[in-house]
Amino acid sequence: AVSATSNPWRSSKSIQLLQKRDFCLGVLPDGVGRNSEAFAQNSKAMEGLISQLQSHINKVLAGGGEEAVKRNRKRNKLLPRERIDKLIDPGSSFLELSQLAGHELYGETLPSGGIITGIGPVHGRLCMFVANDPTVKGGTYYPITVKKHLRAQEIAAQCKLPCIYLVDSGGAFLPKQAEVFPDKDNFGRIFYNQAVMSAEGIPQIALVLGSCTAGGAYIPAMADESVMVKGNATIFLAGPPLVKAATGEEVSAEDLGGASVHCKTSGVSDYFAQDELHGLALGRNIIKNLHMAGKQGVMNGLHNLNLEYKEPLYDVKELRSIAPIDHKQAFDIRSVIARIVDGSEFDEFKKQYGTTLVTGFARIFGQPVGILGNNGILFNESALKGAHFIELCTQRNIPLVFLQNITGFMVGSRSEANGIAKSGAKMVMAVSCAKVPKVTIMVGGSFGAGNYAMCGRAYSPNFLFLWPNAKISVMGGAQAASVLSQIETANKKKQGIQWTEEEQENFKSKITEAYEREGNCYYSTARLWDDGIIDPADTRKIIGFCISASLNRPLEDTKYGVFRM
Amino acid sequence: ESSSHDTKTTSRIEKILIANRGEIACRIMRTAKRLGIRTVAVYSDADRDSLHVKSADEAVHIGPPPARLSYLNGSAIVEAAIRTGAQAIHPGYGFLSESSDFATLCEDKGLTFVGPPASAIRDMGDKSASKRIMGAAGVPLVPGYHGSEQDIELMKSEADKIGYPILIKPTHGGGGKGMRIVQSPNEFVDSFLGAQREAAASFGINTILLEKYITKPRHIEVQIIANVIENRLMQPNVMNDFRSHLGQAAVSAAKAVGYHNAGTVEFIVDTVSGQFYFMEMNTRLQVEHPVTEMIVGQDLVEWQISVANGEPLPINQSQVPLLGHAFEARIYAENVPKGFLPATGVLHHYRPVPVSPTVRVETGVEQGDTVSMHYDPMIAKLVVSGENRAAALVKLKDCLSKFQVAGVPTNINFLQKLADHRAFENGNVETHFIEHYKDDLFTDPNNLTRAKETYDNARFSATLVAACLCEKEHSAIKSSVPGTSGLLPIWYSHPPFRAHYQASCTMELEWENEYDGSSSKFFTFSITYQSDGNYLIETEEVNSPGLEVKATLLHNQDFRVETDGVSMDVSLSAYSKDKIKHIHLWHGSHHYHFRQKLELDLSDDNEIQQKTNFETASHPPGTVVAPMAGLVVKVLVTDGTKVEEGQPILVLEAMKMEHVVKAPFTGHVHGLQVTAGQQVSDSSPLFSVKFPKTSVEWDHFRGQGE
Repeated sequence: AVSATSNPWRSSKSIQLLQKRDFCLGVLPDGVGRNSEAFAQNSKAMEGLISQLQSHINKVLAGGGEEAVKRNRKRNKLLPRERIDKLIDPGSSFLELSQLAGHELYGETLPSGGIITGIGPVHGRLCMFVANDPTVKGGTYYPITVKKHLRAQEIAAQCKLPCIYLVDSGGAFLPKQAEVFPDKDNFGRIFYNQAVMSAEGIPQIALVLGSCTAGGAYIPAMADESVMVKGNATIFLAGPPLVKAATGEEVSAEDLGGASVHCKTSGVSDYFAQDELHGLALGRNIIKNLHMAGKQGVMNGLHNLNLEYKEPLYDVKELRSIAPIDHKQAFDIRSVIARIVDGSEFDEFKKQYGTTLVTGFARIFGQPVGILGNNGILFNESALKGAHFIELCTQRNIPLVFLQNITGFMVGSRSEANGIAKSGAKMVMAVSCAKVPKVTIMVGGSFGAGNYAMCGRAYSPNFLFLWPNAKISVMGGAQAASVLSQIETANKKKQGIQWTEEEQENFKSKITEAYEREGNCYYSTARLWDDGIIDPADTRKIIGFCISASLNRPLEDTKYGVFRM
Repeated sequence: ESSSHDTKTTSRIEKILIANRGEIACRIMRTAKRLGIRTVAVYSDADRDSLHVKSADEAVHIGPPPARLSYLNGSAIVEAAIRTGAQAIHPGYGFLSESSDFATLCEDKGLTFVGPPASAIRDMGDKSASKRIMGAAGVPLVPGYHGSEQDIELMKSEADKIGYPILIKPTHGGGGKGMRIVQSPNEFVDSFLGAQREAAASFGINTILLEKYITKPRHIEVQIIANVIENRLMQPNVMNDFRSHLGQAAVSAAKAVGYHNAGTVEFIVDTVSGQFYFMEMNTRLQVEHPVTEMIVGQDLVEWQISVANGEPLPINQSQVPLLGHAFEARIYAENVPKGFLPATGVLHHYRPVPVSPTVRVETGVEQGDTVSMHYDPMIAKLVVSGENRAAALVKLKDCLSKFQVAGVPTNINFLQKLADHRAFENGNVETHFIEHYKDDLFTDPNNLTRAKETYDNARFSATLVAACLCEKEHSAIKSSVPGTSGLLPIWYSHPPFRAHYQASCTMELEWENEYDGSSSKFFTFSITYQSDGNYLIETEEVNSPGLEVKATLLHNQDFRVETDGVSMDVSLSAYSKDKIKHIHLWHGSHHYHFRQKLELDLSDDNEIQQKTNFETASHPPGTVVAPMAGLVVKVLVTDGTKVEEGQPILVLEAMKMEHVVKAPFTGHVHGLQVTAGQQVSDSSPLFSVKFPKTSVEWDHFRGQGE
């Protein structure tokens, strides 16, 4: 023993061995049978889903159609995504949100809901972009347009991201004014948000690149700083036709609310741009000159980073081959985790207890994260374990990643007697109150209260994305049909009506169909129940972007409510 | 006596002043440093930060940029040597190197002049005197008749003696006036009389001289040093016995003027007959001396210093080895298509080839230096050697293609074409070579096949530039991300992320066609970042499919690019000048220059601010109102004066500040009634300006109104 410690070679060797053993401890196995029939089937099915997704995306990338795009170009205007490209740092990434908002939502197509939103860096500072698409219905606000605009502002407020509004819009879509104008989360909320964010020191920048009429005029007017482009930009509460109708005054759009009027006379705008490129360059300059001393929350206190990180040991593209299309078939969520986290290293917490919920610590691009993933129905133990794990992470300021594939909490007399509602409530309480960044990815089903406990939309995760195979509803279609037909049978019985087996089957299949349709990921994403559908292979990257954006704010302490014990 | 003799023999040069600049100054210092001799540089205002100044142990300022006030100012240089305690002055080449006065001045001040005796410089400096001395010493001269007797019969018999063809030349004048080439005796009389007439008309003197006309002349130089040893510059296809004859002649020439130290005897060779004739002697270290040094493996500057120290040379003629063949290419800042006009500018990028035992680069500049108008625009001498001429030529071509200069136009491309020329390869070199092959050596814009080829190469190069710039921009921005901690760097990972589509950008490059300035050409590329990190680069041109390029930044300016299954090294240099980004690309033997606009065209940026704000709608057009309440302190024009747009009309004082009220446009001042000392209220009309043309209309309009 003496010689062992006095011999430097041996002692250093033993340290190396010790370290090595440490590293190997949490490495997840591959978990994928590449040669299996299931692998091939899953791959093929996912391939189909992705190509279907891509074809939908390709349609919205084309904007409002060839004619409108041509008209736009003729006015020396870029398309909204091109505008954003010129604003973000050259060669940097852009996390676009809810590309399929408005998908099959109205009688007419509304590509991307008529507005492009997303996050990208400008001079090294992450910003939220909100860009009207003038080629889609003149950039007017449909109800979903408003919702998408507000969602972008919500993220910006949550993450304290400077907002850049690329304004080119005809204002509210008048035929649908009832759904656009009056309610709390309608058009007016946009300006309310601008005011509140500005008060919190979150910069609000408007680049007026086209028309900005009526209510829309408040976007630049409410902004901290605004830019107007000569010739193209106009800001007025009422356009020339309305002015003529109201007062008889005949005036051109440019003279009424052009860049010179507002930069020179009215003071509504602060920077005069010669053309669109100049305007966008001025926009970048405004961000460059932001000096948020004392406010920068970038990585505040979260310096626990490995600058050098390892990529996962296994090919991230294999994430396209894991999820079975049939939601009844289970898969080990660890094979997903193994393709998301650094070095596929995952230190599992309470591995043997409540095994249907997998919890553990890992890093993503060097950033520590706590991961919760479903491996089956949530039982009492799983819920308690989840609540415990969330508490650990909030206390240590570790961001949470939820990988949802959940059919719900266990039902039945035994479960109820064991207080499943109580246990579930504990987890829901923990999820609701946790102030660390939360990112939810739906990698499979998302049913019932499982959706709540695993940080569904109602629990305000900073970001929520779906895989193309995801399904969301209060329960499975078959279960719902069964429940409803039982109630209906009881009702009919009360009224003394007998219904045939056939009628009952018809009734059931209608419900199943409706559930199928409404549980579909496109139905969800069209209505902004999520932030977008992603290619499973991009999961790691997107979680990285989301956490990066979420950490742009100072830390906040978590305070829990009363846990029912 | 004896003691002074002792000091002379024992005092070796310990400190040397180099009375020169640029590469030769640097080159001399290098040898001096190796020998442990301290160095003193002299410099003009233009050379304050030059390499030769930085390379010297000490440097003395000797005057303003013009050479006659600095590098040709012998007394200032001698004084600098005395001030710094240098015992010797090396003049290099050019400037004072062949000034016998300067050599005398050095001797007078007790300084060693590293070069021949002043008398030898004087003798060789006078071209006709030197020919006389050489003729007397039996050195062959171009056969001719230089006599004053001009009788036509005598002249004809002299011509017969010399042998045809004959060159008839007036003794005075120049520019080819009166010159005649006579091929045979029966043409002689007519030509002679014609030349006489022309000479009389042009110069007033009709004296004529005769010389043998050498149809295919070639220039050969023999480098000699001291009278202890001689060695020669090896030239292509020069036979051994011929070389020894030349050597003998050179030694005789040197002996005839009592020469010591290094010099060069120039001969002209009739390549048809193989006869050679003395031309002149350069009494200094030759510009091309590195060629000799490479072939013989010696350091001629070291020898010069030895000779100046009064020491014997280390080896004799029989010990001089001949180690192969060497080329020297002089890289100049010059404009080849404009008749080799000297060019000036900043060397924004300067990367000579790496030196090795077979590659020498003699240079006096560094990246960032300016090639000024004051001195010779030579950038560097590239000297390569090989076992034989062919091997050396391969090396020369390679080195030329890798010799990178950007910021000033150079002759590199021309030298490449020259070295590539089959006639040059074959050693068919004669004095008229460039003239003879000018169609091959200069780009003819009317040669469509060649223009197309050049254009295609340029487009391909531009494609590589686009890929390399994207790659470079990416790595630059990634390393400059503020606070490299945190997750921010992932936003700059490559390729940039886009949700379900690929990021792309456009780039416009303007090709600067150095050899055909008339046609600059724009390339517009769309660059798509592919998921594997490659760039798909497409042009708007029809029939040109996109090219997929993979670019890897090796370090700083060097890239490895792969396209269409071929990978290669390329170098890229980018610098900004006058709001234009200049990009140079080197790949293979190509060098292309592109430009990119750095700024938006914002010509009328101030339009909005310049427009006076004082007009209001409630007054007739042209009315200027007081911008604020204040006191008129000055009225600068009288009513009715014609004023220019922006011309100050009056000065108003308000809030302790003076405000100048200007004319909103050109016209006549009308209704100016305020006077100095008068108080005006806010927005009260001060005056109006009327367009000369439209004033009538306005009056008319007003008349109607009333």
